[in-house]
Amino acid sequence: MNYLLGAFKPACNISVTFTDGKNRKQVPIKKDNGQTVMNPLFQSQETIAGKVCIEPYQGKKVEHNGVKVELLGQIEMYFDRGNFYDFTSLVRELDVPGEIYERKTYPFEFPSVEMPYETYNGVNVRLRYVLKVTVTRGYAGSIVEYQDFVVRNYAPLPPINNSIKMEVGIEDCLHIEFEYNKSKYHLKDVILGKIYFLLVRIKIKNMDLEIRRRESTGAGANTHVETETLAKFELMDGAPVRGESIPVRLFLTPYDLTPTHKNINNKFSVKYYLNLVLVDEEDRRYFKQQEITLYRLKEETSS
Amino acid sequence: MIADGAEDEEKWLAAGAAAFKQNAYYMQRAIDSNNLKDALKYSAQMLSELRTSKLSPHKYYDLYMRAFDELRKLEIFFMEETRRGCSVIELYELVQHAGNILPRLYLLCTAGSVYIKTKEAPAKEILKDLVEMCRGIQHPLRGLFLRSYLAQISRDKLPDIGSEYEGDADTVNDAVEFVLLNFTEMNKLWVRMQHQGPAREKERREKERSELRDLVGKNLHVLSQLEGVDLDMYRDTVLPRVLEQIVNCRDEIAQYYLMDCIIQVFPDEYHLQTLDVLLGACPQLQPSVDIMTVLSRLMERLSSYAALNAEVLPYFLQVEAFSKLNNAIGKVIEAQEDMPILSAVTLYSSLLKFTLHVHPDRLDYADQVLGSCIKQLSGKGKIDDIRATKELVTLLSAPLEKYNDVVTALKLTNYPLVMEFLDNETKRIMATVIIRSIMKNKTIITTAEKVEALLELIKGLINDLDEPQGLEVDEDDFEEEQNSVARLIHMLYNDDSEEMFKIISVLKNHFLTGGPKRLKFTVPPLVVSALKLIRRLPVEGDNPFGKEASVSATKIFQFLNQIIEALPNAPSPDLAFRLYLQCAEAANKCDEEPIAYEFFTQAYILYEEEISDSKAQVTALQLIIGTLQRMRVFGVENRDTLTHKATGYSAKLLKKPDQCRAVYACSHLFWLEDHDTIQDGERVLLCLKRALKIANSAQQMSGTARGSTGSVTLFIEMLNKYLYFYEKGIPQITVESVESLIQLVKNEESLTSEPSAESFFASTLRFMELKKEKGGAIGDRYEEIKL
Repeated sequence: MNYLLGAFKPACNISVTFTDGKNRKQVPIKKDNGQTVMNPLFQSQETIAGKVCIEPYQGKKVEHNGVKVELLGQIEMYFDRGNFYDFTSLVRELDVPGEIYERKTYPFEFPSVEMPYETYNGVNVRLRYVLKVTVTRGYAGSIVEYQDFVVRNYAPLPPINNSIKMEVGIEDCLHIEFEYNKSKYHLKDVILGKIYFLLVRIKIKNMDLEIRRRESTGAGANTHVETETLAKFELMDGAPVRGESIPVRLFLTPYDLTPTHKNINNKFSVKYYLNLVLVDEEDRRYFKQQEITLYRLKEETSS
Repeated sequence: MIADGAEDEEKWLAAGAAAFKQNAYYMQRAIDSNNLKDALKYSAQMLSELRTSKLSPHKYYDLYMRAFDELRKLEIFFMEETRRGCSVIELYELVQHAGNILPRLYLLCTAGSVYIKTKEAPAKEILKDLVEMCRGIQHPLRGLFLRSYLAQISRDKLPDIGSEYEGDADTVNDAVEFVLLNFTEMNKLWVRMQHQGPAREKERREKERSELRDLVGKNLHVLSQLEGVDLDMYRDTVLPRVLEQIVNCRDEIAQYYLMDCIIQVFPDEYHLQTLDVLLGACPQLQPSVDIMTVLSRLMERLSSYAALNAEVLPYFLQVEAFSKLNNAIGKVIEAQEDMPILSAVTLYSSLLKFTLHVHPDRLDYADQVLGSCIKQLSGKGKIDDIRATKELVTLLSAPLEKYNDVVTALKLTNYPLVMEFLDNETKRIMATVIIRSIMKNKTIITTAEKVEALLELIKGLINDLDEPQGLEVDEDDFEEEQNSVARLIHMLYNDDSEEMFKIISVLKNHFLTGGPKRLKFTVPPLVVSALKLIRRLPVEGDNPFGKEASVSATKIFQFLNQIIEALPNAPSPDLAFRLYLQCAEAANKCDEEPIAYEFFTQAYILYEEEISDSKAQVTALQLIIGTLQRMRVFGVENRDTLTHKATGYSAKLLKKPDQCRAVYACSHLFWLEDHDTIQDGERVLLCLKRALKIANSAQQMSGTARGSTGSVTLFIEMLNKYLYFYEKGIPQITVESVESLIQLVKNEESLTSEPSAESFFASTLRFMELKKEKGGAIGDRYEEIKL
């Protein structure tokens, strides 16, 4: 679209400011080009209000068929780049058709917007929230400006949060029992647990705990699954003997995690797994993967 | 191959050290610029070098020490960071973000140390966390070093009593718990080393393990240093836990080292109070553990403890230290079936030393030790292991050294039984040791019973043992040994004559059955001893109590007769002969004429039958004459017989000069100064004349046979005899005879050619001059002699 606009001189400069923009928390978002920019943070049910400022360039006037601001929740699949699926779309008409000669400011407000999904930047999918300002013009093409913002939704403490406990093994070779203190962790949580060795007949070299993200997009036959290992955390060094129990303490803070997303608008899912990997002296890997649920807990910090 | 291995290792170490240095440098830079994040990053990278598996413990230690130094700096930096407002809790979390476990745990320990110092959380919580987290390192070498780092940094931060980190009640428990846990884990890792890697490298592994043992033992040291570990704590918690670990690890090296460690590290007082627990663990150890050394050291320590602190002795009794030790040793020996005899003996030897030191008054203990020792040795026959034998000798010598009194040792009924296990050679050595001890301490042994026991002990020296033929004892050694036995006899003494007689009777019985070789050494002192006894006997009829003395001189003389009779069987007639004479003299003093006569008879018989060497005859004869001269007891008849015989013998000597000398010596037999009845001047003169005659013929004989004039010395000697009797005033010896003899000598042409004879004569003359000058009755007599 930019190149289209580039053909002409832009007729005006459009900017969007949020009402509490100065105080609102900003979070970094990675853009397509790899740069990180700071965007304001919202959560569902918040009122999104602000001003749209249209300032024609010197000596120009903007003739239009109306000005509107839209709040869009979009899902973009990378195999279908550029094609956005809007799951939320709210519109506010800002101006009736006319002409703008000088800087003009339009306040807008979307009260208590339902934004059920979080902003997400995945391998194959992106979910974003954006304010789209459109100055509709007939022949010259509309002038459009986007302002991204981030949505994060906080979950309450889950009422049921069982530990994960399991005994696994290879017959007459390796039997272990592992336990993670919860099945649901918030993003700043710490995974505690212990690995208990019931039988060890192989020479283990070390043991790692991995956090893996499984992102599946599409549906049915077109389902596309992408798995990333986000954390590789060494739990044990050397060969244990029967009866040893190895502690697990993994802080989630340093890792770039998101909450678990389940079937977002039938488009995609993001799941997290703890993968316990034992490596023997011949570098054979023995592993056991367990799904955990990640959720975002409301932070206590004021800023 | 091995050289290559070592070379490679050097290379690896060098590479590791280089990388280490580099990261340490970056870390330092980050510290200097207060950059916590980078400091953590580079320290983690630096510590990653410790993840190597290629280095031997020795080289790994090198690297570890570098890390230790660097972590010190990091710790100081952490401390500063917390002062600058960095939350120590966050710091504690931050270090745990490291992905690799080994660097993470080193950092965690370092941060934990800072955490404790800030006192933001109770020390016990942090320590507990640290020691738990360290479980993540299951690699023995790396785990040992990590945990020893933990032990090191936590040492001054344990919530001990009196420590600034002391928490609420029972805080010491936490400190102890922490150290115990760390100890247990370290020991497990250490033991595990043994079972990893190929079997052919076992030796190398054991060497490596022993290099690491102090890392494990250090924990016990820390425990012993804890103020809060008092006796109760030690008994109820520390010791049982440590022992449990030791027993359960079932590893020979660890068990030996750690047992020793316990003994060395904790106070003796604790050992004393927990003996049964400590000893109870011993039989449960692996059979191959050198429990002998362990227990020996324990006993050594306990005995020196008792030696230094006399006031603790009651405790030893109270806890029955001895019987516990004794039982434990028995059990250990039972448990370790193939324990070498050496070890068993050494154990008992140590136990004996222990009881001697601690309970010198409890002889029954010592006897019990010996008894137990016998029990263990029985059925094994004589010991043929040289070292075990040596140890047994040490064992047997211990009581002697301790009590300095063999009498005490004699009370040990098991003592001789233990000796039975020695071979003959060693038995002899042992006997010598015993005797030497007696001599050194001048122990007097006073009863026949003890003498009997003693003789039983030194049987090896007194009896011919059934020694295999051909194994001849060295002559010198034998003599030496027998001489010591002879000396020993003088130490057996009792003032009571009755008892004394019993003693010598016992001796006699033993000596007479002990084989002829020994008699010539043992009989003389025995005789002397008996003679001494006779001298002490009250004169008969002078018994103040009026009762029949059971020991009479007669009895002793009979006794003497018997033992001397035994002598000729041995090739020592000469000795028997002298002894007879000595006895005769003793009998003389006791006024026992028949007995004295009997002895003389025996002596004469020996002279006639056994003494054939002419030189020996001369000496023997001199002895006869000398002794006979002093005899007062004989009646005229007996005396005549004996003197007659003696003169007869004299005349029958082979060499003329000998004859001459013997004959003139006989002259003394007829003139006893203070004895009226034996003053027969006639016969004195007769003897002298006869001697003169013999001297004459001797001179002539040598003149004809050798072409030279014989010695004039004989004549000068004769002159001296004449002078003697002349001085005594025997009427038959006239001035004329003396003068003529002087003249004779002077005329002798050979006088000048013999300087010795000349000076002899000159001094004789001078003697006469001297007498003259003195004056008086004797001077007057000499005055009459004209030169």
